[in-house]
Amino acid sequence: MSRALTPSQTVGPFYFGTLARSYHDDLAPAGVAGDRVEIELSLVDADGAIVPDGLFELWQANSHGRYDHPEDRRNLPLDPGFHGFGRASTDTAGRAVFRTIRPGRVPWPAGGLQAPHINVSVFARGLLNRLATRLYFDGDPALAEDPVLKLVEPARRSTLIAKRDAAGVWRLPICLGGSDETVFFDC
Amino acid sequence: MNEETYRRPAPGRDHPSNDSPGYKSTARRAPSRPAVMLPHSLSEVTGPSLRATRLDSAENDLTRQRMAEPLGERIIVQGRVLDQDGKPVPEALVEIWQCNAAGRYHHPGDQHDAPLDPNFFGGGRARADAEGNYKFITIKPGAYPWKNHHNAWRPAHIHFSLFGPAFATRLITQMYFPNDPLLAYDPIYNSVPEGARARMQAAFDMDSTQPEWALAYRFDIVLRGRDATPMENA
Repeated sequence: MSRALTPSQTVGPFYFGTLARSYHDDLAPAGVAGDRVEIELSLVDADGAIVPDGLFELWQANSHGRYDHPEDRRNLPLDPGFHGFGRASTDTAGRAVFRTIRPGRVPWPAGGLQAPHINVSVFARGLLNRLATRLYFDGDPALAEDPVLKLVEPARRSTLIAKRDAAGVWRLPICLGGSDETVFFDC
Repeated sequence: MNEETYRRPAPGRDHPSNDSPGYKSTARRAPSRPAVMLPHSLSEVTGPSLRATRLDSAENDLTRQRMAEPLGERIIVQGRVLDQDGKPVPEALVEIWQCNAAGRYHHPGDQHDAPLDPNFFGGGRARADAEGNYKFITIKPGAYPWKNHHNAWRPAHIHFSLFGPAFATRLITQMYFPNDPLLAYDPIYNSVPEGARARMQAAFDMDSTQPEWALAYRFDIVLRGRDATPMENA
């Protein structure tokens, strides 16, 4: 029997109590294979004002490029300590820090491989739908051939590419509007 | 490669517009540019299962998380997690949060002049069974003012968060109660296209009401279904 979709609504400002129970800002405990990375996402509105009540979720493949999910049937190793899910809220400075590993490359349906990336969901008061975006790593040679970046107009691609600061932290500002508005995907 | 993907909602039929001027917070937070259409790859058709997440037995009973029972009208909220074909989403993790019976959240940001209830935290989690059935015991949340406009009151609601099987199926929504007079005035409820709003209302469920104990409401949640059309072979 066909059923109609349940509509989306905002996460609102008061999610913290429940969703905090399943916070995962450290995706890669000791023993997980791969290059360790620290990622700092920040969230600002169309005026550049900090969004202190936002929520980020990450979803990524392991260092071999395999997702911990039954749909990924490729013959690549799973890592028992790594599930690929992260969740954290923004702090009073609008930031959330995750510790994880750099994901491997995953295939593209039309052939070839995507550049290493992390799938990001953004929720906040004032957002009636989940916003989906991606985080790529600056300097990765695979960026030039990534099929998803090619869907984005060249001037806006940089909004998806985290840059490594002097302390080694990968930073990606997520802008809900303004001249640097982040590219969001209809997925 | 012959991956199935997820059906895309028809624009303007099911979900609210990000830019919903009646809801003031959207003005500076709704993106102004259209989202880029993304074909589904493994990144979108996989997603966190959270099957390894263990739930305590009391997590789906919000009336038994503290020393004593919270104040308010005890209710049962149950239903199924389904896809658009009516197939169950087995073992779906369902997360909820809500204010107390007086209309106040257990949250430092909520300064509404209504009492906190030391026996009500307001958060719960449940895992659906193999047929997609989930169940919570809680108390009926109150209405509360929210300053969006003059004399603005949120209708009683419970927030629901679901992952479904894939990144593409992630959904956060709110469950409302039937026949609530505040629904007609609520910009968040009314941000949804008119024909879809009633899907966010639970149904009163007399058959599941427990005599001498609690009223029951049924709220089925429908997530995106699989696309029947296989992708072209690469």
